[in-house]
Amino acid sequence: MRISLPHGDAGGGFGAESSPSRDLLSRVHMDGPLSLALLTAAVLGLVVLYSAGQENIGLVERQSVRLALSFMVMIVLAQVPSHQLQVWTPWLYLGGIVMLVAVLLVGETSKGAQRWLDVGVRFQPSEIMKLAVPMMMAWYFANRPLPPQFRHLLVAVLIPGVPMLLIAKQPDLGTALLVGSAGAFALFLGGLSWTIILGSVATVGCIAPVVWEFGLHDYQRQRVLTFLDPENDPLGAGYHIIQSKIAIGSGGLYGKGWLNGTQAHLDFLPEGTTDFIFAVFSEEFGLIGVCMLLALYAVIVGRSLYIAASAPDTFSRLLAGSIALIFFVYVFVNAGMVSGLLPVVGLPLPLISYGGTSLVTIMGGFGMLMSIYSSRRWLSQ
Amino acid sequence: MSTPVADPTLNRRMPRVKNLSQERRLFSRRALLALFLVLAGLVGLVVRLAYLQIVHHDLFVTLSESNRIKLRPLPPTRGQIFDRNGVLLADNLPSYRLEITPEDVTDMDAVLAEIGARVELSESDIARFQKLRKRSPAYDSIPLRLNLKDDEVARLAVDLHRFPGVSIQADLTRHYPLGAHAVHVLGYVGRIDEKDLQRIDEQQYRGSTHIGKNGVEKSYEDTLHGKVGFQQVETNAQGRALRVLEQTPPSPGENIYLTIDSRLQAIAEQALSDYNGALVAIDPRNGEILALASMPIYDPNPFVNGIDVASYKALITSHDRPLFNRALRGVYPPGSTIKPLMGLAGLEYGVTTRGKPVYCRGFYRLPGQSHRFRDWRRGGHGTVNLDRAITESCDVYFYDLALNIGIDRIHDYLAQFDLGTLTGVDLPGEKPGLVPSQAWKEATHRKPWYAGETLIAGIGQGYMLTTPLQLAHFTATLANRGQGFKPRILYATQEQESHELHTEAPRPLPPVPVKDSRNWEAVVTAMTHVVHSGNGTARKIGIGIGYTIAGKTGTAQVFSLGQDERYNARRLAKNLHDHALFVAFAPADDPRIAVAVIAEHGGGGSATAAPIARKMLDAYMAMKP
Repeated sequence: MRISLPHGDAGGGFGAESSPSRDLLSRVHMDGPLSLALLTAAVLGLVVLYSAGQENIGLVERQSVRLALSFMVMIVLAQVPSHQLQVWTPWLYLGGIVMLVAVLLVGETSKGAQRWLDVGVRFQPSEIMKLAVPMMMAWYFANRPLPPQFRHLLVAVLIPGVPMLLIAKQPDLGTALLVGSAGAFALFLGGLSWTIILGSVATVGCIAPVVWEFGLHDYQRQRVLTFLDPENDPLGAGYHIIQSKIAIGSGGLYGKGWLNGTQAHLDFLPEGTTDFIFAVFSEEFGLIGVCMLLALYAVIVGRSLYIAASAPDTFSRLLAGSIALIFFVYVFVNAGMVSGLLPVVGLPLPLISYGGTSLVTIMGGFGMLMSIYSSRRWLSQ
Repeated sequence: MSTPVADPTLNRRMPRVKNLSQERRLFSRRALLALFLVLAGLVGLVVRLAYLQIVHHDLFVTLSESNRIKLRPLPPTRGQIFDRNGVLLADNLPSYRLEITPEDVTDMDAVLAEIGARVELSESDIARFQKLRKRSPAYDSIPLRLNLKDDEVARLAVDLHRFPGVSIQADLTRHYPLGAHAVHVLGYVGRIDEKDLQRIDEQQYRGSTHIGKNGVEKSYEDTLHGKVGFQQVETNAQGRALRVLEQTPPSPGENIYLTIDSRLQAIAEQALSDYNGALVAIDPRNGEILALASMPIYDPNPFVNGIDVASYKALITSHDRPLFNRALRGVYPPGSTIKPLMGLAGLEYGVTTRGKPVYCRGFYRLPGQSHRFRDWRRGGHGTVNLDRAITESCDVYFYDLALNIGIDRIHDYLAQFDLGTLTGVDLPGEKPGLVPSQAWKEATHRKPWYAGETLIAGIGQGYMLTTPLQLAHFTATLANRGQGFKPRILYATQEQESHELHTEAPRPLPPVPVKDSRNWEAVVTAMTHVVHSGNGTARKIGIGIGYTIAGKTGTAQVFSLGQDERYNARRLAKNLHDHALFVAFAPADDPRIAVAVIAEHGGGGSATAAPIARKMLDAYMAMKP
């Protein structure tokens, strides 16, 4: 099988693996270690969900269906060669922008935010951007020299910047943050010079107060203020954080044991099955359990970065690396928020939190990673 | 798809050709760096989690437990109150209230209508219910009707099963079965208010709604209340109790037995019912108060759960002042009832002797003054000694005696009988009364003491003020020949569980010293002559009696007459009539009861007060000793 690639990278040096199970996985373009880690996380998620959801088996069943669907999405995307993804990229990105504009014009409002678009099925276009933005960044720099040159930076900032603003306007701070960081990761992995990186950090430091004053909604500002001192408003805005810290802290080293977490079981912990499921996990399995969960996430991110580093072409490298780091942002922001390190931005704990929308995008991303992983073998054949 | 290297347009846009192997190395370096940052972030998270889960673990465990576990108070049952013979005076009755748990009711309006058909529901009942319902969580049981009548309970109970969420709750309400009987002794309980909160241990009253407001209910609050119990309940975030983890049962308050004899108390209230006034009866052998009545009386039961405004206003604006405890707080001039003590003082100070005669011509004049201090008998008593002076209540004798003793010595002597000071009775609100002295007048009025004021002090008028309790108390001390006891109302306490009675011991006071014990007999004998001799002021009550009474009449002026005016009851308004007083004990040689009676505006002591005292003494003498 001979496939023409946009930038045929010699790469080389990849020996074909030959164990039987590897063969089976190879045939469906799956990476063994990554698949295993993802599957482990998903099963762990169902176990915690059963406890967090007051032992409601229906909840677990619905989440199992969603997990199965998103794993299928992953497998399907893994079959698409990465150069094919590259061809689709601009259209996906442009389509995403159009839908984001449409959301702001005719979108449906739920819980105070206009995020939904109803075209037969209800979905959030911002989810698409979580993948479309890193793809577009990779696409843009695929043909341009790296490290990124100063004259390409304007476009490189606009690619994540435009959707980021559109999403922030909905408003959806968490997703906007992810989309923006996706752009930043692509630039970082592309080798952006330290001068520019530090310069931008300094600039952001200067305009942040201005954004604080004029660019944030009251509820967003309140979230940050509450984060700084949640005890100030223990029954209102700070209640989530206080209760989740109590859940984590009372778990101790060994945890209270599965199904024994009182914070979640007696309803003290709000959003215990969704955004705050990390607190339930910490309460029931303790520091030891949490360290193991974080180690599992480290394996997923590490393996993804390895796949990225061994990818044959610039597009694949940048895309794979960005997806790996976005996944980490999910974990870090969620765990940081639940443990009171970071402001409350509504990001789920990937693979563990109840809910399907972000799961599909996350697993879609891993599908692309798988595809990139197997494309180096296609090359070597 | 063409190779980009071959594309001339791309070449134009890309003056610097991509260096692919350099890009790969650069990416690998950055990916490695990113991995380090990721690991650093994860380590940061672990540090944070360790800070919460290890360093502050104890704090969060405590917070989690206090989240989860609520302490629910279990109020103790209040002790009952009995008289000395076990007659129930205060108990706790179950009162029934109708409650609805909204979350168990599907159609509230229909249920309310159905209930309304069975029990009386007023507009305000429903309004209050709806108001509480908005404020309370749906699983909370909300009262709809309080104090259901027995027939209402019966009617509801029959088909209560048809109304899920509707329940009849019983709790205990203080009840005084004899109504107004002995109300000034018992007092009453009422809802705890702001003022109460300042003096109680709030922990002990968690879950309690009522507290003693007056009388024994107040002075023995700690004994009656008992100790609160607690239940540890696991609750969820909405406060719904899920299960009981641990419980410490409350220990009920102790029962109290009073020294009051309910039969005597009833007789006292009956005998005094035509007057405003007071009656106190004390056992001189131990200080036990056998009866303590202040008239008029009122029913304490409406006070328990909050008396309505109109009834309360009627009580406090009444000219008869039923809420006023005259026995403890009413201060009256003792009038002639003080004369036996004056005589005793004269003998003790050596100012007079048992036989020393004084000539009474109907008035007394201080040397060099024209003012006549009149005797109650216009023509005078002629020559009188101490015995006759007491028997006939000769004023002139005591004017002379008082002048010779002097006001300061009178003050000191009467103080030995607890006049002018608190008796220390175990009831709240007692007044000390007043026995004047030169120092007292100097301090309060900034004026010197006048000899004329000593004269009228000798017959218990002027500044001198006593409470009915003090009168009974000094009579008891006199009856017991100087050995007094602190008056008390508590006979015994009883633990509700063991039913063991702990009887209170008498509290003897320092005895009043006498130089010659015959002085007691002289005074006591004179007092028997008041009742049992032909010229005694209370001779009318001595008719047809089977035991010996030692007594003394008294009349306290409410209204000062002019120098030449005569007291004429028919011409004076009723509220200017003199107060009638009588103190007595019996039997004179072995006293078992001492009584003091005051009938406000009753006229003379002999006519109104003495017969009331006789009824008490008769009743007591008829009882088994």
